[in-house]
Amino acid sequence: MLTYLLAFILFAVGLYSVINKRNLIKIIMGVIIMEHAVNAFLILIGYRMSGEAPIVEEGVSISEFLSTAVDPLPQALVITSIVISLGVVALMVGLAIRIYQHYGTFDITEIRKLRG
Amino acid sequence: MLPLFVAIPLGVGFLLPLIEEFRDRTRLFSVFVLLETGGLLALSLIKFGDKGIYRMGGWAPPFGINFVQDGLTSLILVVISGIAFVTTLFAITYMKEYENLGRFYGLFSLMLAGMYGVALTGDIFNMYVYLEVAAISSYALVGFNRGAEEIEASFKYLIMGAVGSVFILLGIALLYGSVGSLNIADISVKVSELPNDSFIVLSTALFIVGFGLKAAFIPFHSWLPDAHSSAPTPISAMLSGVLIKVLGIYALARLLFNGLNLPGVAPSILTWIGAGSMFIGGMIALGQKDLKRLLAYSSISQMGYITLAVGMGGILINQGKPGIATLALMGGIFHLVNHATYKSLLFLFSGSVEKIFGSRDLSEIGGLNSISPVSGAAGTIGTLSISGVPPFNGFWSKLVIVIAAIWGKLYPLAGIILFTSAITLAYYLKVQRQLFMGKPTKKASELTKTSAGLYIPLIILAICCIGLGLLYLPEIRGLVLKPAALALQEGSEYTKLVLGL
Repeated sequence: MLTYLLAFILFAVGLYSVINKRNLIKIIMGVIIMEHAVNAFLILIGYRMSGEAPIVEEGVSISEFLSTAVDPLPQALVITSIVISLGVVALMVGLAIRIYQHYGTFDITEIRKLRG
Repeated sequence: MLPLFVAIPLGVGFLLPLIEEFRDRTRLFSVFVLLETGGLLALSLIKFGDKGIYRMGGWAPPFGINFVQDGLTSLILVVISGIAFVTTLFAITYMKEYENLGRFYGLFSLMLAGMYGVALTGDIFNMYVYLEVAAISSYALVGFNRGAEEIEASFKYLIMGAVGSVFILLGIALLYGSVGSLNIADISVKVSELPNDSFIVLSTALFIVGFGLKAAFIPFHSWLPDAHSSAPTPISAMLSGVLIKVLGIYALARLLFNGLNLPGVAPSILTWIGAGSMFIGGMIALGQKDLKRLLAYSSISQMGYITLAVGMGGILINQGKPGIATLALMGGIFHLVNHATYKSLLFLFSGSVEKIFGSRDLSEIGGLNSISPVSGAAGTIGTLSISGVPPFNGFWSKLVIVIAAIWGKLYPLAGIILFTSAITLAYYLKVQRQLFMGKPTKKASELTKTSAGLYIPLIILAICCIGLGLLYLPEIRGLVLKPAALALQEGSEYTKLVLGL
């Protein structure tokens, strides 16, 4: 339970950084922290203390397999979500560089051509 | 047949930028995209009304990923394809002067692939992946012009969208942790065995926030006016017309109604968020001077109508009034279709206004009716439809929603709907007076003439605006809207369709 709680605290740290920071790079890092927190949480769901790799071998009954193997699905999900967050982060960093070229600053209080 | 909806745009989306690397042939790209969207429109019309599932890789539903087509999906597919086709028709002329059109159409196709995927999939994680495909390409498309404002709007949209996606993913993780399944139909079966599980409640809240960020409900709306007014015009039409609906309200309704079996207060929360968005969006739109920003705020307000109707349907189902609930859901879906047509009409119209006057500030432009009667007429039909003037489609869907609110004894909601309709009429009257009747500030010789490619799409959409009013007739309504509403309402039917129980 403590590990789940740690994942949530990490999530909250990321959210705080996105909402409260003024620097674009810190906001981007906040998003990255949130994504990692969710990935860690997903891995923890499938984790089992001293579990086995989820590969069915000959001579192992299904019920015994289910009681010892870890859940492989969250791992597949995490790989997908890491790839997606890679795309998002690449786009974010690219846009941040463009913003710096246009405005010469990373401070969001000075980047205000639009009113919102 | 169903995977073609995702496969065709995905293939085109990767092919066009690849061709562009070797040969920059704008005309070839336009033909490609027009064939793609036209083909998809034909396919979605042929498949309209079918019910069925497609198992990916032949794996049976609770384990494998599956595509589901039911009444609602059919309708959403037609809406996406129709708007995409008309938008492409407009983009071919409008985007001529832009560079890197291969990449533009490539991203456009990827966005389409993502939206079709969200509409079709029956698996929540798969839905998340398609949602990100559509969202990431739309972030890039908003900043396509690469000016300072566009990049800023795109970054804002990207941060809000990424936070929304993370919330959705966390909700999916919590849901998987408590029910152990990702298939929406299977989740529905397992959730009914675990009532009041606190993790399921938490994940419902996360879904409402996450999809709310994508759909720009009122506390989370700040990115929408910037993004929708900075994007190239065809993309504004796609974003406001289809994207916020498919990624926002459709996905949320699918999860709440078919997956989570309408937990407790969720429908009332949705209803009040809808009422708030409707009212506040309308009030802010009243004070806008920039035509595109006005349209963007009006999108927030109109999304409120849809959300309110869908939430109201949920409340009425939980109260045990299925007949009126069907009516409310039908009103919501009807309004979704209508808003897709007239809002994309108005955004495309704002694009041609910008071409003619070189500005979209309402205090600088005017007298459109004498300069370009065709686009003036199309714009008039669009503004009349959205403000709910009788013979046009917007009136009928608002009427259905108000009737459902009154029959369901939800009088405060009916009051808010009527009041917001008045506000909507007010700000579109302002547009009408300025834009169509007022005097032009520049001489006619300084204005550029629009070409046929820019107003044919407007005429098509204007005809749709008038024709869609026919959906109000009971026979046609029963054929088109009722299956869509029942797909949401009858969760057990969905489960039966997917799991074959």
